[in-house]
Amino acid sequence: MANMSLKETMAGFNFQKIAKDLVVTALLATAIFGSTIAFKTKTAPGGLVLDLRFDIAFYIIAAVVVGRLLLWLTFWRKAPNKASGDILPKGWRTLYAALLAKIAKRFAPTLLVFAIVFPFLPFTDRYLLDLGVLVLTYVMLGWGLNIVVGLAGLLDLGYVAFYAIGAYSYALLAHYFGFSFWMCLPLAGILAAFWGLILGFPVLRLRGDYLAIVTLAFGEIIRIVLLNWYQFTGGPDGLSGIPRPSFFGLEFKRGEGNFADFFGLEYSTIHRIVFLYFLILALALLTNFITNRLRRLPIGRAWEALREDEIACRSLGLNTTVVKLTAFSIGAMFAGFAGSFFATRQGFISPESFTFIESALILAIVVLGGMGSQIGVVIASIAMIGGFEIFREAEEYRMLIFGLAMVTIMIWRPRGLISKRIPSIFLKKKKAVSGDLVAQGEGH
Amino acid sequence: MEYFVQQLINGVTLGSIYGLIAIGYTMVYGIIGMINFAHGDIFMVGAFIALIIITALGLTASTGLGLMILALILVLMGSMIIASVFGWTVERLAYRPLRGSFRLAPLITAIGVSIVLQNYIQIAQGARVKPLQPIVTGGYTLMQQSAEDGGFIVQISNMQIFIIVTTIVLMTIFSLIIAKTSLGRAQRACEQDRKMASLLGINVDRTISMTFVMGAALAAVAGLMFLLYYGVIDFFIGFVAGVKAFTAAVLGGIGSLPGAMLGGLVIGLIETFWSAYFSVEYKDVAAFSMLVIVLIFLPQGLLGKPEVEKV
Repeated sequence: MANMSLKETMAGFNFQKIAKDLVVTALLATAIFGSTIAFKTKTAPGGLVLDLRFDIAFYIIAAVVVGRLLLWLTFWRKAPNKASGDILPKGWRTLYAALLAKIAKRFAPTLLVFAIVFPFLPFTDRYLLDLGVLVLTYVMLGWGLNIVVGLAGLLDLGYVAFYAIGAYSYALLAHYFGFSFWMCLPLAGILAAFWGLILGFPVLRLRGDYLAIVTLAFGEIIRIVLLNWYQFTGGPDGLSGIPRPSFFGLEFKRGEGNFADFFGLEYSTIHRIVFLYFLILALALLTNFITNRLRRLPIGRAWEALREDEIACRSLGLNTTVVKLTAFSIGAMFAGFAGSFFATRQGFISPESFTFIESALILAIVVLGGMGSQIGVVIASIAMIGGFEIFREAEEYRMLIFGLAMVTIMIWRPRGLISKRIPSIFLKKKKAVSGDLVAQGEGH
Repeated sequence: MEYFVQQLINGVTLGSIYGLIAIGYTMVYGIIGMINFAHGDIFMVGAFIALIIITALGLTASTGLGLMILALILVLMGSMIIASVFGWTVERLAYRPLRGSFRLAPLITAIGVSIVLQNYIQIAQGARVKPLQPIVTGGYTLMQQSAEDGGFIVQISNMQIFIIVTTIVLMTIFSLIIAKTSLGRAQRACEQDRKMASLLGINVDRTISMTFVMGAALAAVAGLMFLLYYGVIDFFIGFVAGVKAFTAAVLGGIGSLPGAMLGGLVIGLIETFWSAYFSVEYKDVAAFSMLVIVLIFLPQGLLGKPEVEKV
């Protein structure tokens, strides 16, 4: 019996193939790490010198080969007589799916309640609150970008440009005209939407990946202009002393007639943070609410139809340019809101906060969350920002890990973590559409 | 006039570099219809490997001419081979599993790969800029203005000659590969119809891999040239150079090899003349605006064929 099972185990292996693969892996790893890690160029008097680090390179190459071997031994082993994924019997599987659906149904309200009570929980301190504000900012940006990428299927790699426009419009309006936050918030949104319109109009005729590169170029143009227009935007020094928001005219300051005094509370700096937390929560929920509402309007349906098949849309008489433009500018508007919130929270902005990496991060949140899924964005933001915090110690490895995670998750689940979507319109029964069935994000 | 000629020479040199990177974009886009966002970073890796080999060989400006040419060929080969390994590995690990997935999936992994390569080099080689003493020096004076006009001298340096000659040689070799060899035929077949090509016994996966290898090799050459020309590199050069080279590929008509070279030249000239006559700060804006303008008014590019959308 034991002999039999051993034979079965061995059947999954093909030693020659594995050995060949490992040799190739070792050679490739030697070329890659043996060149860039083993020799480090160092600036020294009189030119460059090489720092030899054969030991580190050797360990990394060994780790790669061993890792590959482990993968062969575990995941890539062909299990005979067993199709992949069919571990549970069918009855169990339906039960499991039902359970998952039940959890998913309750999940969003639970998360919302948690978000509301979060600032008052006993373990919540300044650090966690700040983190919460950051997560919610990305949730809002993710939801805004979700309109463009998830619903309308337009890949926008320059979303951060609108975030920058929102932030700079508030900062500049406050700086030159002394406008308050509440006056600027709608203005920033409108300005960003307007820019979305201007930038979107000429380029939205383009196909998916061309559009991606053009939006990327726009993002860079805006950043370069902000960086070089020294007299107006402060250039690389940025703008500081951006006024803080008030609570219906009550300032978050010490003294008579301010927030703490008005409500008879002991003055504390945490009040302002809590206020900011609820402000961004409200803004994010507003984004979500409007998106969900828009999905039920003809325009929202047109977005989704456009994502699925642009040619069909055109044949049915939809003006694709207008449909795309609305998605683009509404998405931009929410980025503008988020941007002015960012400016008021930081009190200081500079072009450094609006690099391409930021766009990539927001896009990663949307894509990894599952394009078009609102709750997926929340989960992805928490995972992403939380992940960044966990790797805070490993400052220099943080972006490397981020990039690796992006690639790995994309290969593992190309449709994102939550790949099922509830259709906006349905016949008789509301059924989730599996991600594999829809060609989402085509965006011709 | 003299100033103009000088800028023309500089522009053509820069254009050669962009053109070599653009070929990688254009070939990959032609064959699998994907923007290889990480291509600019392969160029950066190539530049770093060239820097490592140059430092290891101890090349300086005082090295003799014969030895220098030999050494430069060695550096060229070395960085081409190792950058090719990078290109091949990236394709194998990050793009091949996603073949047949939805259209944007490989673009998103490409962004991830780009981030990984940048940060890997930053960690492995340090974040600070790497200066290299000029190793190819000297040049020829072509024209000289009369003293009362300011005495402006038009020069072409040996470096510029090296860059332009190498580019022409490599372009010829690669055009021959595409036109004459069986690999080139396989590539063109895959470009036209991948399914049909595989039915006729072409190993499509291998052909695509070879395309990535060729693109990476040319990007590495461009990296070496960039290193020699500017004398300073850091881990971030790939991003801007990549976007500009992509612009060049689009401008020339994506999928077309001569188009990529032509586009590269045009972008190089625009950037040089913009810096020379307007402002240096906004030279990237000029190149990026060019991309937008081309895509709006000439989406098929200068030498490309208009794409027909089929249902």
